[in-house]
Amino acid sequence: MAAAVSVPSFDSVNVGDKIGPTTFPIQRINLIMYCGASGDFNVIHWNERIATAVGLPNVIAHGMFTMAQAARVLTDFVGDPSRVIDYGVRFTKPVPVPDDDTGTAVEVTGTVSEKRDDGTIVVDLNATANGVDVLGKARGIIRLRD
Amino acid sequence: MAINRDFIGRTYEFETPYQVGREKVREFATAIGDQNPLYHDVDAAKAAGHRDLIAPPTFPFVITYRAMIGAMGDPELNLNYAMVVHGEQQFTYSRPLYAGDEVIVDSVVADIAVIGRNELLTMEQHVKTLDGELIVTTKNVTVSRGTAPQEG
Repeated sequence: MAAAVSVPSFDSVNVGDKIGPTTFPIQRINLIMYCGASGDFNVIHWNERIATAVGLPNVIAHGMFTMAQAARVLTDFVGDPSRVIDYGVRFTKPVPVPDDDTGTAVEVTGTVSEKRDDGTIVVDLNATANGVDVLGKARGIIRLRD
Repeated sequence: MAINRDFIGRTYEFETPYQVGREKVREFATAIGDQNPLYHDVDAAKAAGHRDLIAPPTFPFVITYRAMIGAMGDPELNLNYAMVVHGEQQFTYSRPLYAGDEVIVDSVVADIAVIGRNELLTMEQHVKTLDGELIVTTKNVTVSRGTAPQEG
């Protein structure tokens, strides 16, 4: 028997509520896995020799990988990911991932910025790596009430 | 050299159907480190009122990326792929994307703009069933570094 998914009620959420912060560690293995899962094998995500030759500080995470990590703040909050009906970001800074035993991490915090009459909430996301903002205008819309 | 402005408004149909597989959804969810049961456990998805596993919010990029590469590869568009970075991405859902869905994509060149020395290529893509039911609309901004036409 699968456990039921618990969705927060619209009334229980207030503008200004914080979600997180949640820290998502990123190591080289995660980028390799994302290459395979997504089909995006751009060498800058796995080959340090070429990444540094084209002027990057190191191998960098796929923007879409960082975007997927930040989305987990929304989907973990709502339980049922299909309730995230809109999600958009700007990629403002690359996330370098060193080849060591710790890698790096992205820290993501959500803030409820709006409650709408149609039963949705708007959550603004802040994502940083090494203290630098890596996403801009990151925002999800979540349907809490049908 | 600048991106060809004649392409604004042009639509590319990517007609080869993509079938969203359960194991692909699980593989993608595992790759992003997400153990949400609705990505992995069909019984859990059904108990939550869904007909099959749900694809994670950013999963459609796996599908639209292939279609986009096809459109961007048109030599007359004049986009140098070595100069591009991903600028912006958005997913707007009409309904959830499920394992088992078989979809096609159309890609519209929505805009080509200049910001400083860079050009911004905005593409809007529609992921829909073979019957034409819209599932998700995506907006993608690609930044072409240093290719803006220079004055004088």
